[in-house]
Parts: sequence; C-alpha cells; structure tokens
Amino acid sequence: MILTKAQYDEIAQCLVSVPPTRQSLRKLKQRFPSQSQATLLSIFSQEYQKHIKRTHAKHHTSEAIESYYQRYLNGVGENGAAPVLLELANEVDYAPSLMARIILERFLQEHEEAPPSKSVINSMLRDPSQIPDGVLANQVYQCIVNDCCYGPLVDCIKHAIGHEHEVLLRDLLLEKNLSFLDEDQLRARGYDKTPDFILQVPVAVEGHIIHWIESKASFGDECSHHAYLHDQFWSYWNSSEKESLILWLKSQSLVKFVIVGI
Amino acid sequence: MAAVLESLLREELSVAVAVRWIARSAQSSEDDPREAAALSSLRPLRKEFVPFLLNFLREQSSRVLPQGPPTPAKAPGSSTGLPGRSGGPPRGGRGARNQLFPPIEASSATAADAPSARRGGRRRGPGPARERGRGPGGLEEGVSGECLPWAGGRRPRSSGSPSSPSLARSDPPNLSNLEEFPPVGSVPPGSAGTKPSRRINPTPVSEERSLSKPKTCFTSPPISCVPSSQPSVLDTSPWGHGIPSGCRSLQEEREMLRKERSKQLQQSPTPACPTLEPGSPHPSRTGHLTAEPADPTRVSSRHRLELVALVYSSCIADSLESPLFQSVHDCVFFAVQVLEHQFHVLSHLDKGTLKLLAENERLLCFSPALQGRLRAAYEGSVAKVSLAMPPSAQAVSFQPETDNRANFSSDRAFHTFKKQRDVFYEVLREWEDRHEEPGWDFEKGLGSRIRAMMGQLSAACSHSHFVRLFQKQLLQMCQSPGGAGGTVLGEAPDVLNMLGADKLGRLRRLQERLVAPQSSGGPCPPPTFPGCQGFFRDFILSASSFQFNQHLMDSLSLKIRELNSLALPQPEPSDEDGESDVDWQGERRQFAVVLLSLRLLAKFLGFVAFLPYRGPEPPPTRELQDSILSLRSQVPPVLDVRALLQQGLRARRAVLTVPWLVEFLSLADHIVPMLDYYRSIFTLLLHLHRSLVLSKESEGEMCFLNKLLLLAVLGWLFQIPTVPEDLFFLEEGQLDVFEVDTVASEHGLDSMPVVDQQLLYTCCPYIGELRKLLASWVSGSSGRSGGLVRKITPTTTTGLGAQPPQTTQGLQAQLAQAFFHNQPPSLRRTVEFVAERIGSNCVKHIKATLVAELVRQAESLLQEQLVTQGQEGGDPAQLLEILCSQLCPHGAQALTQGREFCQKKSPGAVRALLPEETPAAVLSSAENIAVSLATEKACAWLSANITALIRREVKAAVSRTLRAQGPEPAARGERRGCSRACEHHAPLPSHLISEIKDVLSLAVGPRDPEEGVAPEYLEQLLGQLGQMLRCRQFLCPPAEQHLAKCSVELASLLVADQIPILGPPAQHQLERGQARRLLLMLLSLWKDDFQVPVPLQLLLRPRNVALLADTRPREWDLLLFLLRELVEKGLMRRMEIEACLGSLHETQWPGDFSEELATLFNLFLAEPHVPEHQLRACELVQPNRGTVLAQS
Repeated sequence: MILTKAQYDEIAQCLVSVPPTRQSLRKLKQRFPSQSQATLLSIFSQEYQKHIKRTHAKHHTSEAIESYYQRYLNGVGENGAAPVLLELANEVDYAPSLMARIILERFLQEHEEAPPSKSVINSMLRDPSQIPDGVLANQVYQCIVNDCCYGPLVDCIKHAIGHEHEVLLRDLLLEKNLSFLDEDQLRARGYDKTPDFILQVPVAVEGHIIHWIESKASFGDECSHHAYLHDQFWSYWNSSEKESLILWLKSQSLVKFVIVGI
Repeated sequence: MAAVLESLLREELSVAVAVRWIARSAQSSEDDPREAAALSSLRPLRKEFVPFLLNFLREQSSRVLPQGPPTPAKAPGSSTGLPGRSGGPPRGGRGARNQLFPPIEASSATAADAPSARRGGRRRGPGPARERGRGPGGLEEGVSGECLPWAGGRRPRSSGSPSSPSLARSDPPNLSNLEEFPPVGSVPPGSAGTKPSRRINPTPVSEERSLSKPKTCFTSPPISCVPSSQPSVLDTSPWGHGIPSGCRSLQEEREMLRKERSKQLQQSPTPACPTLEPGSPHPSRTGHLTAEPADPTRVSSRHRLELVALVYSSCIADSLESPLFQSVHDCVFFAVQVLEHQFHVLSHLDKGTLKLLAENERLLCFSPALQGRLRAAYEGSVAKVSLAMPPSAQAVSFQPETDNRANFSSDRAFHTFKKQRDVFYEVLREWEDRHEEPGWDFEKGLGSRIRAMMGQLSAACSHSHFVRLFQKQLLQMCQSPGGAGGTVLGEAPDVLNMLGADKLGRLRRLQERLVAPQSSGGPCPPPTFPGCQGFFRDFILSASSFQFNQHLMDSLSLKIRELNSLALPQPEPSDEDGESDVDWQGERRQFAVVLLSLRLLAKFLGFVAFLPYRGPEPPPTRELQDSILSLRSQVPPVLDVRALLQQGLRARRAVLTVPWLVEFLSLADHIVPMLDYYRSIFTLLLHLHRSLVLSKESEGEMCFLNKLLLLAVLGWLFQIPTVPEDLFFLEEGQLDVFEVDTVASEHGLDSMPVVDQQLLYTCCPYIGELRKLLASWVSGSSGRSGGLVRKITPTTTTGLGAQPPQTTQGLQAQLAQAFFHNQPPSLRRTVEFVAERIGSNCVKHIKATLVAELVRQAESLLQEQLVTQGQEGGDPAQLLEILCSQLCPHGAQALTQGREFCQKKSPGAVRALLPEETPAAVLSSAENIAVSLATEKACAWLSANITALIRREVKAAVSRTLRAQGPEPAARGERRGCSRACEHHAPLPSHLISEIKDVLSLAVGPRDPEEGVAPEYLEQLLGQLGQMLRCRQFLCPPAEQHLAKCSVELASLLVADQIPILGPPAQHQLERGQARRLLLMLLSLWKDDFQVPVPLQLLLRPRNVALLADTRPREWDLLLFLLRELVEKGLMRRMEIEACLGSLHETQWPGDFSEELATLFNLFLAEPHVPEHQLRACELVQPNRGTVLAQS
C-alpha cells in the first residue's frame, strides 16, 4: 500500500503537541480508520521524534531538570501511586521515557556517591526493578510502557521490525533466485557502511536497474519521504550509483519500503 | 596610400582610427569626424593600404638589412668577397647564412605574426594573412618526378649564381628575396584589363627553371597592377600546379628594380665575388654583423617608428596585415616594438624559442623590459617542442587480419591480393632504401612495377582490399603524433637503454640539432608531402589508376567522416589540479593522433580528388572559365566538407575540423575556390578567421592555443596561390549570411585545452621558423661572443662490443616480442589479458586458500593460548606477534602455489580464447608466454605483499576471537529455526511486543474507565506468542529477550489480578480459572518455547510483589500456584525461590503485608510438593485468604 505524501501530511497535522501515549494513538486510529495501526504508529513516531529533536535541549537545562525533579518529588510525596512522572512529561510536552531518564539520573545523582554511568541508567530503564526506590521504579515503568515513541521497549520493537524486514527481503530474494551478498558478507569483505543486500547480478524493476537494496523499514523512519532518504544515502553511495529508488513492499500485511540502488 | 601613412606619422590620425578604417568600410561613430573626413576621401584606397604598408616596411628595411654575407663564424673570409648586386637575389646554399643578420626583423615576420597574419600577400583586406612569401621550393616547383617535389632544392636561377641545392632547404627567410617576400599587391588571377608594367621589360625565363622556381608572385609594384599577360608555361609534372606565368617576368622586373635601388642606396665599391652569393651589396653589412651591433640610442625618428610598429601590430592583432628605416638600428627598434606588442602571442611559443628570444642580445639592448617578460615566460613555460621530424619510415608490418580468405570472393582474388601486397611492400622497401640516393627516380625505378600490379586488380573488391591496405599503411607510416619521441638514430632499444635516461635525452637533443630540418620552407611554405607521404603521393601518381583513385577517395572519405565524428573525451574543464593535468596528457595525445590522422587523410583526399582538374593555371579567358565553372558546378563534392564544417562550428569542434579541412582545400585546383560550394566554405573560413581575435580571451571561448592553431592554418591556407585574393574582398557584405550559431553547445572541443605547442608546431612547422632563425643567429654570433650554444657532448657507450651476453630472461622477452610481432594483434591482446586476469585470480586464490588456512591455524593457536593462559590470554599485540612469527614463514609457499596456479589455469584460458584453428606451435607459445606473464605478475605481488597480508588477516582473526571471548548468549543457535513445513505465518515479533506492551500499559495505567482487555484476547495473544516462538523465522534475540521479560511482567500482573478486563463494571477482574489458564500457558511458553533465559526472578522482585500489596483483598493463591508450578516444571529451583522470598524481607512493607508475605513464605517452604487439593483449598478459602493461609 502506498501512502501518499498528502495522506502523510494530513496525519502528521493531527500529531502536533500530542503526547506519545496509547490514548493518542487510539484517537488517531479513530480519526484514520483506513490506516493500519503500524502505519499510524510509524508516522506518529516519526513526527514525534522530529518534535523531540527540536525541543530536546530545553528539557536538559539544569533549571529544567531541577524543577522537574522537585515537581516529581512533590507529586510522589502527595501520592506515590498516582502517575506523577507520566503526567509531568505530558504536561511539559516531553517523552515520558525521556522524562523518566532525566528524573532517574537526577535521583541517582542525589542518592549515589558517584554520578551514574550511562550503562547503569540504561540497565535500570530496561529493568526498573533494579531501581533502588520502589516508587520511582513504578513511576519509571509506567512511563516506559506508556510511551509509544521512546524507551527500551519501543527501541526493541524498531529493531525487531528492521530485522523482520531484512528477513522478509532475504526470503523474497531467495524466492526470486537473485544472488546477493548480505551485510555480514559485505562487512567481511571490508565494506564499512553497507546496504542490506548487494545484488551480485543487477535486476531491472519497472525500468530501473537495481544494484543494491537497503531495507529501511525500521519503525522510526519508514515514512520518511524520498528526498530525505535520498540525501541520507548519498553518504553511503557516492560513487557508482546515480540514484536511489524507494520501493514500497507489501508483504504479510506489512507496509514497508526498501531503498534500492540504481 | 602614402597620404594615409603620412597622416599617421604626422599624428593627424590616431592609430585606432586608421585600423578601424582599414578594417571596415563603414565609418564608426567613435571616429573623430575630422579624421573620418580625412579618411573618407581616401576610401577607394582602403584596400590598398595594408599591402602598401607591408611593402613600405619591407622596402624600407631591406635597404638597411644585409642580404648576403655568409656566416661570419663559419666563413669569415668569404664575407669580404661578396658579390655585387649583379648576381640577382640570393638563393640557396650560402643564403642560409646570409640571413643571420636580420633575425629580429625577420622574426617579426615569421613567428610573431605567423599565426594571425603574415607579411606579403594580396592587396589588402581586413582579414587573413596576406603573405605571399615563398619559401625555398615553393608550391609551383611541382613534382617533376622527384622525391621531394615540394621542398625540393632550388635550382640555380642564373648561371651567375651557383648554389648548392642540398642546402637549399635551410634558407631562412630572406627579406630581399622576392620569391620569399614578394611585394604586396598583385593581380587576382583572371582579372583582365590592366596594363603591363611599363618600366622594365620582363626578362624571359628559361624552361629549365620553370620547373623549380616559384612562379606565383605578386610582384607588381605597389598600387599599380600588373596583369598576367605572359603566356603560361605548362607544368609538365604529373600533377603540376597551375602557374601564373605572368608573375615570373614580374619577378624579374622586381629584382632588377631592386638592384637599381640598391645601387643608388649603397655606395659600396667592394669588389664583388661573382661566384659567391649575390644579394649583399655592401661590405658594411658584414660589418654590422660582426662589429656594429644595433644600438637603441642610435635609432632615428623613434616616435614615428613606434607609430608604424603600432599600426603593424594592430593589424596583426585584428587579423590584418603591416619607412622610415634608415639603419639597422631602426629595423631592430621596429622589430622589437612589434614583438613587444605581440608579447601575448610570443609567450605561448615553445620554451626553446622563448629562451632564444630572451637571450637575444639585441632584444636585451632595445627592450630590457620585454626581455624580462620573455625570460619570465621562458621560466614558466613547460612547452617543450621538438622540431625534429618524427622518424619517417617505420617497419613495414604485416596485417594478417586483412589477409583473411573469407574477405575475398574467390581463391584467385585472394591470391592476387596477397601477391599485390607483396609487391606493394617490396616497392615500399625499395623506396625506403633508395629514395634518398641521388639520381634515383620513383617513376623510373618503380612506376612500371606499380602499374603492373594495379593491372592485376580486376575485381572491384580487390581494389577495396588494396585501398584498405594502402590507407592503413599510410596512416601507420605518416601519422606522427608529436612528442611521442621516436627512436633515436634508429638505434636498437637495448643499446639506448645502456645510456640511461639523461644521456638518452642528450642524444635526442644532439640528434635534433643535427638532423632537424633547418627550415621547413620559409614562413609560408607551400603544401608539401614530406617524408613517407611522398611515397604514397608518388605511388598514386605512378599507378594512375582511375579505379584505385576512386576506391581510395571512398575509403578516405569514410575514414575522415568516422574520425571527425569521433567522440573525444571531454573532462570537466574546471579543475586544474595536477591529477587532472596528468589525465589531460592522455586526452591531448588522443586528440593529436586523431587530428594528425585526419589532416593526413584529408590531404590525400584533396590530392586525389582534385588531381584530375589540376592544371597549370586558371583558364585565360572569362568564357573558358565560365564554361569550366558551369561544368564543374555539376560535379558533387567528393565529401560534403561544407556540411562537416558547419557541423563542426556548431558543435564547437572547429579545432578538430578546420585543420583537416585546410589540408584538404590546400590541394584544390584553381577553379575550386570559384565554385559556389567551395566559395561558401572559404567565406565561412574567412569569417571564422576574423572572429578569432587572439587578444580577446573570455569565458567559454576557444582556448588560446586552439585559436592560434586555427589562425595559423587558416592564414597558411589563404596564402596558397590557388586561393584567389579577390575572394576576401567580395564577401564583405555577405558575411552575415554565414553566421554560425556557435552558442549551441557550450562545451565543445574548442574550449578544451586540446592543442599544445607540440601539436601546433607539428601542424604548422613554419611557426618553428622563428626558433630556427634565432638559433642560427646564435650559432653565427657565438664565435664572437664566446658561444651561447651549449655543447652537447655525445656519450659513447663504453665497450659496446664487449657487452656481456644478454640474460636468458631478456632474450626470452625479446623472443616473446618477436613472436607477437608476427602474429595478429588480437593474439597479443588475448595473451596479455589472460596473463593479467590469471595473475590477479591467483592472488585471490592464495588469499582464499593459503591465507585462510593460516588464519584458521592462528585461531586454533590462539584458542590454545587462551586455554593455557586463562581467559585473559595476555596482551593482544604480543599474541599477534607470536602468531605472526609462527605463521608468516608459511607465506613462502604462496609463490610455489601461485606458480602452480598460473601454470594450471593460464593455458586453458588462452586456448579457450584463441581461434580453434591456431597452429599448435603458436598456441603452445602463447600459452607459455601467458603462464610466464601471469606468474610474473602474481609472484611480484605475492612476494611483495604476502607477509603483510597474512599479518593483516591474522590480526583481524585475533581481535575477532578475543571479542568472542566475552559472555556468550547462553542459548545461541541450538534450536534455531522452525520446521521445514513451517510457512512462517506466525505474527511478527514486533507486533507481539507492541501488543503486550499495550496490555502492560493498560494494566499499569493510567487508563480510562472504559479501557480494558478481553480475557479471550489475552489467551489469543499468548497463543500467538507461542506460535511465533515456535516459528522463529523473524525472531531476533533482543526481541525474544524483551518478550520474555514482558511475559514475566504479564504473569506478575495476572497474579496480582491487575489486568483490567472488559465487561460489566462489576466484573472487572479476571476469573480465577481464566487467570490460572493464562498462567499455565505462560509456564508452558517459558518451559518449551523461549530459547533465551526468562528472567523469572523478576516475579519475586519487590516491585512485582508490591503489586499484590495494592489489591484489596489480597489474593496470594495465584502466586503460590505459580511458584509451585515453576518448581514443578523445573523452571526455578526451590532454593532460588526461597532466596528470592528471603530477600523480600529486606524491603519495607506495610505491616499487614509483611505478615502475609511471611505466611506465604512459610507455606511455600512447608509444602514441598504441590498437591492439587491445596490449590483448591486456597480457592475455597478465598474470602479470607489470609486466615486460611495462616491456618494451613
């Protein structure tokens, strides 16, 4: 299924200043019943990431962190069971998982002697039961499971989608009897940045000669449109390939696209 | 005329106005009205001005410039015995040295203005060069059956002036030689009605001389026109040119006039030596040369000289042509002035010329500034040009490809052709051997043999075969891509190799100095067929076969079209870094090859095409001419050169098209330029010539040297006698008709720097005249000034005879070369290709086998090392060193294996690629050569790189192994994949993670009151999870890990009854049976389907247990059920659970919760086995579970 730019823009229009929660996604689904949840989520994620990239810095000033932390403390002081952190994130228009990270970092700074390392924090976010404070652990967990655009679970979903589509693509190539080199083989040959597959014998698809295929179906950027990826891919392919083409691939109810080298 | 000059000199007219006046018929608004008025009255004279100016200059200067002294350095004594004027103009022999004196003046006439406009020539005109200078051996000398028909030695003109013909070609331009520098202003051929000169009767010329001396001269005195009233003398040469015979007498007349004048001007009573050169009437001339250098302080009327120089230079600059000379000082001053104005052009000349100019004493003396600029230009110049003629005769090569029987209609035709080929090469060899012998005559020696051979060519196809051979041979022998550096002195390469590069260069320079022709026939030589070209021309003439000529024209036309449309590479013109400069060398060379080939082919096409029409002179009467014209205009052109020219201009490829077109047209007969078709071409060329202004250089315009080349060849063409001068005056109004849209393509060849100095000098050898003149001036003056000529000490190879015998290897290589020489070129290409590929494959093969094996060894060695030394294994760098020292020696095997590989693979490849029919001996030689070449290539690479390669690969392997030492995922790869029958229809992992995450978020909240999940949905979800875990097609470990964790979270929520269930508000909780079913599903997934460790201990983490604390009433039975099932299914050990439960005590709990927790703990401990009834009991006591638990 091909999503037009206009459709994409219409959806994106509804996503301005909407928190990345289950509820938002549900509303979106009601608004665009013809689109699959995966597509909507993917657009949501895409747009929300753009938004976060723009606003990220203002949430990381020391004043902001301090004020968030105080508000969190006050909130849980009143009622530890209330979704304090999640509501705080929604209120200041920031991703709950990222807000959880800010507060967790701040909390650990206060309670540990050494400043917490990134890996410790990541590990705690992945498994909040490691967080020494029970209330905070619950708050963090709540943020993570309610965030549909950020957090370890979302990352895992993205990764899983990427992997699935690579597998899908490989199956298709095998099915079509196309000889290819995959990323591992390419890496072994000394390529540093590689597409997913290089066809050993080019094929023609709808008049385009295709040399390579990159599955770009990861959760976050599958809805990026042509020009964006085109630019991104120049860094990979600056010599022989003159053009890249994005093909949408529909298979097993997945809407995804691949970038193919021409 | 004189009035105009007069006005100029009196500064009543500005130079700019005068030049505009010359250039345009219309007045310009910029002109001062007063000046314009002064000029407008002179309008009818406009056309006369340029010739007048030139003649004025020439006559003025010739009075003071010496004509005849021999080289002082060479024959100082002879200078005293110079003849008087009686001997006529100087010619031949010593004349070469006579011109030492006026090099600067002459230089302004040769190189400086050669590209744009030269002296002499037609009446006048705003456009092209008008020079009519005739070099020694002018066009009209014709062939006369000699081997050097064009540049042939000049015959003595009169008995009183003997000359040595062998040196005739080295004549530098001689100003007072009327043949070389005839006065300007002559009669257009065919114009009638003017009266013969009234002053001196023409002297009849002997028939003998009629063959060898220039005949077309424009010798009428300035302004007055002299008709060609003399009966023509037919040129009897096989393809004689038309000779306007009337000029001959005028020439004589002119000389006599000059003699008269010199008598008046020079009061030199020195006794003449009649046996020596004429032309130097004044002994003080010699004095000038040796003792009286030109002195800038002695310049008279400096300002007026400056003005004239400016006019002259402006004429040059605007593609126009140029008294005052009272002494040599004036001449030198004038010349230096002109050179200064033309510095831009000078700076583009070759390094050698610039050096000579910069070192010229007179130039230094008169204009140190110019000298400085020249020196700077010399130092910055990289344009080294060799004036040496490329080696003319190359080895005759056989072309086995053309000998193919399949190309012939019959055996007979094939055999005939073979015989003909043999005859052709025999003739060619004989010519090579003998053509330089005195007295040898082509026609006499070879004519009959050639005609006999042509007689055998009966079938049309035989003709085309022979023509192909002829053309191929022509291209091979005569094409001389400049700068390629032919063999030095024809020596064998190995002898030269012994000399080393430096000495080789010296030898080349010496050779150049010794054998380079001293003169290529003056600044404006006629078209010639130098070197081998002479053979082909004479062959055509001797063969005199209509069929042959026709086939030759067809073939030449085809080849010209093909080469002319050849897409020459056009790299970006923008980048100027060194790298692209290197690339450009190749492009330039290719362009040069194509251009020179085209010029050669076009010249021969012109020669053959116009051969039948070539007559001695234009028809004498208008009626005859008209009838010829009407006849000829019916004949279609042999090649549509006009279309090609227009195409070339449009595609901005003039730099390729025009030079060959000029060659073609240079051999046209007298009628050709009058034909409408060709007239339009000339007009187009004229227009092009005028549009090329050297001083203007703008973006996207033609490159300077390209422009210079075009100007030089066009200027040369326009002065060829067959091109009528009136052509250049009639068309003025019509030029716009031929406007060519050159904007069409922005980046044609014209704007690429495709022409370099070497190509320029190769195409226009007359530009090199300046250098030769300067060089001979230097060598002439060296005796006096201590020698500016650097000695080139030739190196002798020591003990050439006692040379050690060549190594077998060298001999083998030579044998291989010899072998290839006798075989078709495709064989060589095949062998070289095979060797190249096999060599490369060999290296790859060694990498994949030997090196890979060594890497495997390295890995196992490393494993051993790690086992013996423990996990750490020591410093990686040290490990690498140890491994490499063990393994690298094995690299030596690479050479052996490589040799084997090449030995094994090459012969098959050669055999597969060569024709089946290749003789066994040839095949086996080819195979052997391929093997040795491939081995050489492979072993060279391997011996240089194998150690480094092994090292690199081992290093990569070591770091890989060390990385792999880290904690390995426990359940990797054991049971990967699903059954073959699986069609992978299970839901995707990403989808399931997403769904489970939604359930978790719903359970954790916050949620809307109406939110919840259906129990069936949960069952379905877990069912899908099971499916997916069993399919595994799309599953990756991280996803599985997250799913495992999520499933544990889900279990905790189930146990705590925290999952909101859809349904009536009262029934918001999951039924216990449903909950237990879901838990059992999870237990089964954990036990059977997950392949990653499931973090079950999370179930008993405080955070998860705390979920129970929130429920009212608390329900412990599901947890107890789960724990017991875990133990039952072996998913957790009792000890583990006990430890977890124990650690829960460390957490702060609400009082009652602690109690209940303690009870659960005890209960779990107390009931090692999990009987069914216990669970049921739990259920039964549900209302007050705490109590029940406590009781049990």
